[in-house]
Amino acid sequence: MNRKNHFNRREFLKRGSALIAAGWLPLSLVEVAFGKTQAESFTFAYISDSHLTHIKGNNFVRNWDRGLTRAIAEANLLTPRPDFILYGGDIAQLGTPEEIDHGLDLLGALRGDVHYVMGEHDYYLDLGEHWRKRIGPDHYSFDHKGVHFVVLNSILTHDDWIHKKWDSPMHRMKEMARLDNPQGSPFLVGDPQREWLRKDLEKISKDTPLVVVSHSPLQKIYKGWNFWTDDAEQIQAMLKPFDKVTVLYGHVHQIQYNQIDNISFHSVMATAWPWPYPSTFAQEASYMPKLTVEINRADPFFERDGTGWQFINMHTGDVDVHDALPDNRNRVVAFDEKKGHPVDARYQAEANRIPPMKHF
Amino acid sequence: MTITSTYKGIFIAALLLPAQSLLADEFTGADLKRWKQQYMEVVDEGSKLFHGGLGNENTVSCDQCHPNASNTHPETYPKFQQQLGKVAVLSEMINWCIKNPLKADPLPLDSARMTALQAYITEERRNVPLAPGKH
Ligand SMILES: [Fe+2]
Ligand SMILES: [Fe+2]
Repeated sequence: MNRKNHFNRREFLKRGSALIAAGWLPLSLVEVAFGKTQAESFTFAYISDSHLTHIKGNNFVRNWDRGLTRAIAEANLLTPRPDFILYGGDIAQLGTPEEIDHGLDLLGALRGDVHYVMGEHDYYLDLGEHWRKRIGPDHYSFDHKGVHFVVLNSILTHDDWIHKKWDSPMHRMKEMARLDNPQGSPFLVGDPQREWLRKDLEKISKDTPLVVVSHSPLQKIYKGWNFWTDDAEQIQAMLKPFDKVTVLYGHVHQIQYNQIDNISFHSVMATAWPWPYPSTFAQEASYMPKLTVEINRADPFFERDGTGWQFINMHTGDVDVHDALPDNRNRVVAFDEKKGHPVDARYQAEANRIPPMKHF
Repeated sequence: MTITSTYKGIFIAALLLPAQSLLADEFTGADLKRWKQQYMEVVDEGSKLFHGGLGNENTVSCDQCHPNASNTHPETYPKFQQQLGKVAVLSEMINWCIKNPLKADPLPLDSARMTALQAYITEERRNVPLAPGKH
């Protein structure tokens, strides 16, 4: 394990220094070390939460455009090439065709195949119609080098909320776009998709490494901001029979990781802006996984601080997540076989944490 | 007010007497309720401004980075703001955000909108002990 980490760290630094030479790399590298033999290890990149915002005409909010553009440019510098790229959702801010098309225009510069995840900001204007027209189905599975990947649309919600008497579809979109909205509604994978998942997993042998990708966490962290999926436990129960499961998600715009039984959880960073940790809202309780070593508090004077993207290395069913973070040391969170959960390579021990990691 | 009107019929001439300034020092449960309501109206106004109500052209809103005004730390101001190289108060930082991510003109420090934003931000942080200067 140690040697493997060491190797991965060196690899990452090598890649990292190429990026630093380029001068502007805000990326998170996700390393998925799944695959039944060493030869089957592979990597992929993970970019998420760009929130491209249309102002008018050809005008988009420059800050968010730059976050995505930078992640794409950095991901394009990775050598060797990642096998594919995952885009984790919230490509748009208000789900308009202008925003989704603009995002796909920018992402067209990525070298490699992209698998997309639906975010709530892509969905609640037209219930995903334009997104599906441009991209395809919002839930699907594929196999890659011995690993079974499942992509879910986890940001659905109850029908009575969706079909309330809204002034307009944009009214509904704006209500869901507001993270701290007390009038919001909790995310759901929902019955039909869980039934689809049950059938999809039926064909998969239990020793096949599984990677499940969603936009919201398939674990319950803080309901007030929808760091939450209402039927998370039901999904976890369906994943329980498998030897090795990793759940990857966006939405939270921050580093989180956790282990629940056989399932490792990792969030990915946003390219747009960081969310505070829920514990910093003093009026409500929240359930941040104890395992998580939080990212440094962002300095607002550095526009890209607290944002990033991931490079994931997969080997023998385990995932190493490399977060490439501008104005911060990169973070590496890798599965520790002895401990049986993900561990931060540098900061996991309490004594190794630094003052900017204290959120209040 | 209630006390004054009770006595009005009896002591019309007393309006000018020192007694009135003594009574002005007293207030009732109804007064407290009214003042709280006045305050909460300004908090609500601040919440609207905070959640996209500032009318800035690029539409970026405060709550996009600060849901429930979290990570604003009103209890830590005034403090040495390292990026500015001086001790700053919260309203200066609010204006920093309005000028930079929101790309709009700063608010006058004594404007009703600045008061409302500070009321909302501080209300969401209620019951957290003061910690001036803290980082
Ligand atoms: Fe997001
Ligand atoms: Fe989201």
